[in-house]
Parts: sequence; structure tokens; C-alpha cells
Amino acid sequence: MKISTAQLWVHDQDEALAFYTEKLGMEVRSDVTVPEFGDFRWLTVSPPGQEDVAIVLMAIPGAPVMDDATAGQVEDLMSKGFAGTVFLTTDDVKASVEELKGRGLEFTQEPQEVPYGIDSAFRDPSGNNLRLTELRGDFG
Amino acid sequence: MEYLPTTRHLLRAKDLADARYAEPLTVSEMARAAGLSRAHFSREFRRAFGEPPHTYLLTRRLERAAALLRNTDWQVLEICLSVGLTSVGSFTSSFKSAYGISPTVYRAAFPPATERAMVPLCVQRIYGRPKHSTFGEDRGSGRG
Repeated sequence: MKISTAQLWVHDQDEALAFYTEKLGMEVRSDVTVPEFGDFRWLTVSPPGQEDVAIVLMAIPGAPVMDDATAGQVEDLMSKGFAGTVFLTTDDVKASVEELKGRGLEFTQEPQEVPYGIDSAFRDPSGNNLRLTELRGDFG
Repeated sequence: MEYLPTTRHLLRAKDLADARYAEPLTVSEMARAAGLSRAHFSREFRRAFGEPPHTYLLTRRLERAAALLRNTDWQVLEICLSVGLTSVGSFTSSFKSAYGISPTVYRAAFPPATERAMVPLCVQRIYGRPKHSTFGEDRGSGRG
């Protein structure tokens, strides 16, 4: 068994697409809109060179898929940063952080030494937490 | 300062093409990343990797464009722009010389992106339900 795809709620799919590709440097793996499912849009991204794992950037649906109250709760949780986290790794976190800052990303945690390496964090436009970590040799 | 072989500088330029092909990146910028003059860079890049930097950058973009043609329902113009190219005319002719067919013919040779997208069964079940389910059954409740 392997992880294939995991889902992240996003506030706006176009905004998320721009962020994950243009700012974060990921690639689009799939982007299709299905009219027979109420224009449901299946949008997935993943880092270059990692084509077998993807994140679904999923819009919060309306009725009848999700009632307004539930959709509001999900939106609320997401904007508070409690809807999900993506854990990313890099070989050189300081260089990656500088590069991402150059593209306008704001970090909620600067690179910080931790027992397993060097850890940093930022958010996507929806409020989702993303952690970027350089793992120490024996953890990588 | 630590000595680095020329190939290490060339690899930096190659990595730049892989990382930033979606931007309007040029061979001159790749040469700058390698710290070499453009002419010298092009010669050395070809010697190290077997093809000119322009070809490497272009084929990197075309490979991504081909993936987007197969896996998205984006318009050809949108795909052209998203891989860092600005002219759909030269994109089409470069694509044709690389793959032997035009982008639209290439796309048509594969199943539609909606079929390749592997939209999961749970999504199909949930999102495929009709929006309105009032068939009158509620009106009769409480009677009889």
C-alpha cells in the first residue's frame, strides 16, 4: 500500500493553483472540470520529480454535497489554520526559505533547529499550514 | 573560496531550467547562474550534457506542456503560457517538431483528461447526486 493522493480544502482553487505552482514551484498533475458533477474540479499538484504522490486542492462544496452550515464550519476551521497541514522536506531549508521569501511567501516560523533537523513553516492563502523541513541525516 | 568544477556551475544552470521553466527564463539567465559568458556557457553546456542549453530548456517546457495536454482540460494557449512560452505559434511549431504532431492532435490521441484524472468513486457518488431531490414525497407526509 502506498499513499497516492491526500486532500486539502482551499478557499479558492485558482488562487491555490497560483500559490502552489508559481510560488511554491509545484507542478499540476491533473486539472479537469466535470460538468456532470456540477462542474466539480479535480485539481492536483505535487513537487517536480514526485509524480506518484499528489495533493488535491479541493474547493469547499455547496449543497447538496455539503449543507451551508457545514461548509461554513469547514471554511472557519480552514481560515483558523486547523483544517490540515502538509509536511514538506528539502535538502537545504535555509536556501529554500530564502528562495520562497523572494517569491513573496511569508513564513510563520523561520528555520529553527529541532532534534530531527531544521524546521520552518508558512501558510497557503487559505490558511493551511505548511511545514518545510531539512531532515537530519539519520531522520531522512 | 572553494574550487568547484565547471560542470557543477553548469548543473546549477540546468537545475535553474528545471525549477523555473514556467517563468520567462532565458539562456542568458542560465549563463549568469553558471557564472559564464553566454557563448562560453552554451559551448560548455553542450559538451557536458550533449545538447545546447536552449534545447534543454525548450524540451523541458515541451515535456511539461505534453503532460498538461494529457492531464488537464486547459486551452492550448493557457498551457503555452504556463510553461514559460509566450507565442502560441512558436509553441505549436516547436511541439510539432519535437513530437511530430500538433498539440491538439497530440491531445486527441489520448483519452479525455476527465477520464485520465482518476476522479475517485466517492467524489462521483457525492457530486453526481442531483441537486434537487424534492419529488413530492414530502408533500404527502403526515397525511393518510
